[in-house]
Amino acid sequence: MPAKLSVNPIACTGHGMCAELLPELIQADEWGYPLISGQPVPVRLLKQAKRAVTDCPALALRLASQK
Amino acid sequence: MSPVTAAATQAYQAPAGGGGFPRLLPPAGQGTDLRAHLGLHGPVPYRGSAGALIADVRAAGLTGRGGAAFPVHRKLEAVAAARAGRAIVVGNAAEGEPASHKDEALLFLAPHLVLDGLQLAAEAVGAGRAVLYVRGDLRARARLNDYLPERDAHGLDRLPVEIVWSPNRFLAGEESALASRVSGGPAVPRFTPPRVFERGVDGRPTLVQNVETLAHLALIARYGPGWFRSLGTPDEPGTMLCTLRQASGSVDVAEAAIGTPLATLLDLSAAGAVLVGGYHGAWLPAAHAAGLTLSNAQLRPAGAFTGAGVLAALPAGRCGLIESARVARYLALESAGQCGPCRNGLPSIAGAMAELAGPDPHPRVLDDLSRWAGLVEGRGACHHPDGTVRFLRSALGVFGPEIGLHQQGRCSAATGRPFLPVPAGPSTEADWS
Repeated sequence: MPAKLSVNPIACTGHGMCAELLPELIQADEWGYPLISGQPVPVRLLKQAKRAVTDCPALALRLASQK
Repeated sequence: MSPVTAAATQAYQAPAGGGGFPRLLPPAGQGTDLRAHLGLHGPVPYRGSAGALIADVRAAGLTGRGGAAFPVHRKLEAVAAARAGRAIVVGNAAEGEPASHKDEALLFLAPHLVLDGLQLAAEAVGAGRAVLYVRGDLRARARLNDYLPERDAHGLDRLPVEIVWSPNRFLAGEESALASRVSGGPAVPRFTPPRVFERGVDGRPTLVQNVETLAHLALIARYGPGWFRSLGTPDEPGTMLCTLRQASGSVDVAEAAIGTPLATLLDLSAAGAVLVGGYHGAWLPAAHAAGLTLSNAQLRPAGAFTGAGVLAALPAGRCGLIESARVARYLALESAGQCGPCRNGLPSIAGAMAELAGPDPHPRVLDDLSRWAGLVEGRGACHHPDGTVRFLRSALGVFGPEIGLHQQGRCSAATGRPFLPVPAGPSTEADWS
């Protein structure tokens, strides 16, 4: 099932870990906050996406199945 | 408070008693007390069961008058699905928009319609708690405390009404901020979902309706959906309260049928531009606004919307960039500061707008504004960055010729006096309760 990344903008502290772990889908903006691709996460990047979610120091990143 | 008049823009044959035009504001010379209210509209028309009113509200096509124009029956249905007695109903009069006075006027002139509507909405969703959320510095504050015991003495209210005072902040009336404040926390937005109608005040399903919406609901319960639809347009039925800021500087709250020409509501002869929908709304050139009506059907294609009915005619001889820069600074200060893009981007945008409003703005400033607008849009927990960007982009579009003047070191302002109202005191980060 295709999954999408999203961020809780209140919880996010702009640590930048996600952009480092998953540069294919996440870029840091000029203030360090993640710009997330709206595309479904390709299967080949799923493992890295899950790692970005679990490694987020603020627990602000989510990977959810599309409805 | 602003002087209040009713703009009778459309004749309407009233049924016996209440139901004439204006609908919400009492007729001239009519008292605003409970006796006058009961004489005009009679007692609260309870239906005797939860849900009974919802079909009428759906048939009436009532939409929220707080700004979003969301269909009221859908919120009612969502909250009514909760177990009886669990839900909470909140009447929202936070009115954090500095250019709006219509909720204040309504609470001053027709408080009992609002309180009737609160009870009827509570019955319709089977709520166990009713709250009125009111900006703490409104003049109606002292009087509101007197109404509730008076209504009790007449046996009008089935649920006791709690009053919760809201801080005078732009975002205090945002639904999730309201839910936080009524739950005892600060009036700042939270990340949704869950939506407030699912988990709101104290984690309970919460119906939040603007107080004007509740007053319309109280009239629909009495006079029916057919009556409601006899004014307005088929797609956007009914009337709405507007705060009209004329180019002359006078400010009125008026009730108008949706579909009324903007040129009927505002004297546009001395105006250069019109701000429609408040500080999250959009500027339109006066000549463009003159051909439009007060309706989302006509305003949306122009990039604007009716919102909470704020209409301001900027006089010719004022600089729209200076005005917009002041508003942008205010909006940046009103960020709750919770989301990085809003906390960083809005002050950057406000600074660039101030640069643009001055002489010889830096050539890079338009590119900066465009980039920052794209960076904050859609990246907040609430719509504050989105509304700010809408306002900003419309300013850059409508005041394009003025930008050209500023680039030549000139400005069309004949006076430096501010036109749009922005609260004087600087807001402080701690002041959210």
